[in-house]
Amino acid sequence: MMKGYQLLSISLVRKITITSATVIFLASCIEKDRKSVMGSLPDDSTYYQNPADSMVSFPKDWPESFGYGRTVLAEEISAWDIDVMPDGTGLPAGSGTVSEGSIIYKHKCTACHGVTGIEGPFDKLVGREPRNNFPFGKDYKYSSMRTIGNYWPYATTLFDYIRRAMPQNEPGSLTADEVYALSAYLLHLNEIVPSDAVMDLKTLPAIEMPARDRFVMDNRRGGREIR
Amino acid sequence: MEWKKIDQHLLSRRTLLAASGGLISGVILKTAANAMTVFSPTDPTKTIGRGSSAIGKRAPVEQLTRYVNRPTPSGESMCPIQDLVGIITPSDIHFERHHGGIPTIEPETYELLIHGMVERPMKFTLADLKRFPQRSRICFIECSGNGYSGYYKQGITEELSPQRLDGLLSTSEWTGMMLSTLFREVGVKPGAKWFLAEGSDAAVMTRSIPIEKAWDDAMIVFGQNGEAIRPEQGYPARLLLPGWEGNSQVKWIRRLELSDKPFMTREETSKYSDPLPDCTARLFSFVMDAKSIITFPSFPYVLPEKGWWEIQGFAWSGRGKIIRVEVSTDGGRNWYRAELQEPVLSKCQTRFRIPWNWNGRKSILMSRAIDETGYIQPSYAQLEKVRGKGTSYHFNHIRAWKVEQDGRVLLGLNEMA
Repeated sequence: MMKGYQLLSISLVRKITITSATVIFLASCIEKDRKSVMGSLPDDSTYYQNPADSMVSFPKDWPESFGYGRTVLAEEISAWDIDVMPDGTGLPAGSGTVSEGSIIYKHKCTACHGVTGIEGPFDKLVGREPRNNFPFGKDYKYSSMRTIGNYWPYATTLFDYIRRAMPQNEPGSLTADEVYALSAYLLHLNEIVPSDAVMDLKTLPAIEMPARDRFVMDNRRGGREIR
Repeated sequence: MEWKKIDQHLLSRRTLLAASGGLISGVILKTAANAMTVFSPTDPTKTIGRGSSAIGKRAPVEQLTRYVNRPTPSGESMCPIQDLVGIITPSDIHFERHHGGIPTIEPETYELLIHGMVERPMKFTLADLKRFPQRSRICFIECSGNGYSGYYKQGITEELSPQRLDGLLSTSEWTGMMLSTLFREVGVKPGAKWFLAEGSDAAVMTRSIPIEKAWDDAMIVFGQNGEAIRPEQGYPARLLLPGWEGNSQVKWIRRLELSDKPFMTREETSKYSDPLPDCTARLFSFVMDAKSIITFPSFPYVLPEKGWWEIQGFAWSGRGKIIRVEVSTDGGRNWYRAELQEPVLSKCQTRFRIPWNWNGRKSILMSRAIDETGYIQPSYAQLEKVRGKGTSYHFNHIRAWKVEQDGRVLLGLNEMA
């Protein structure tokens, strides 16, 4: 046991000696080399010069293009590009009615949102009270009333969200017609469209939501004012 | 020893360290029930220790766990911020907030699509992303709903820890590439003002981001604290928007679409908007304003005796560096400048500390952060005045802790005024 420890320590000492000798040797080589290139150097404290200092800085040397990544086909984009904008950009062909929507809702949505869209347990979807003001910033008791009819500024958001994320147990499974139909049904429950409404890529973005003009851009800018 | 007297309660840090034996003294306290149980009677110098191993473990008494508020796919877990030292959050206790659960994504098949108003729509594999010039930065991520329970003072008691109050906050060293590098590669068309960030979780989470953030400091990151990003934080890659609300920093990022207009997704209209008392609602309130919280002493710590204790906490701002933190021990009547612990980084959790000679009487501890824009963390009343009683996000008002005569520390629910 003792012998083993001694051997270990001897070899360690050797290693350290060898290592430091190597470092000193290499350092002297580097110094020699730099001197031969750069001529006489000032005092030791300013001796080391970062090689980058004398070169063009890296970002300026970036190529026009790094050349990796691949160009995509239009089909590859359309397979993933499922978003819908307020002006209707992104809406697919197809259509759906209020009555079609009510059947799909009954089968696929009631478990989370209730029979009439207000029972939960998850987000309350339906509600148009209070109609003529927008009291949500006044009291938290109104938070559960941030329904589609009271709080959503754009009808297109309905299509976008239902298509991408609903129903929760089978997200992304609904067809375009089904999503149009559900949008029509929910807009009807919120007293925004009549019972014979048909939603498609023309009618949906044309809907003006009750909360449309309530939304303002963030005006916080730092500094002394609390906003 | 030379020391500078600030007032009868507050002394320099050096003096406190001499008096209390260092900041660790607080850590062994925990609660009254399990106080002072960490010392082992065995002499470690008389037994050969265990050998090296492939994976390290925490010391048995130093276990850290998240508080799982809701274990559901759309739930969250909170970081034990009162148990942390330094500014980095260990990756396995980084807070979580998901909207469609944590997806399983194979790194070999992962691709990021960039399209819309670009010259060259492209897809990048993870290997492609890693070939670009890399950058690292240390910054916080905070859920914009953090502190909700303290603002509404409902459903909680004064026995609430910093973890339960503000644990949707974490700081990591993130590694990846600047988003501007990728945008340069695909060529952004003139007129592009926004981009949609979309995740590949079951929520297919989407947020519209102003393109200025891409030219400023946005990143696509695949590394977290020296290793691959954790699945809970977006493996294999996420969007990083330093200083902005967590929800906008889309995890499991799969698609960026450039546009001249915002997309008005559900997450940025019906959620993550701020209804205001003037009957409007604020859209795109990305930046997390300056905030701070004292993490020691706080619930559930119990101070066993009066005397010198070091008040410690975190301050952070989404607008840049914290330049000053002030601490009060008398409920906000007098404020004293705390010491900021280096490193003080922009848009990053910053530690503050100040020595306190507790006289054994009931005390109300508060902290307020000031950032480099001159923004001063508001009182509860100041914030409520402008935000009203119906808001759901951005609760950065001053926090208060009550130190009772028996040494118990409780959340100052009524003291936050």
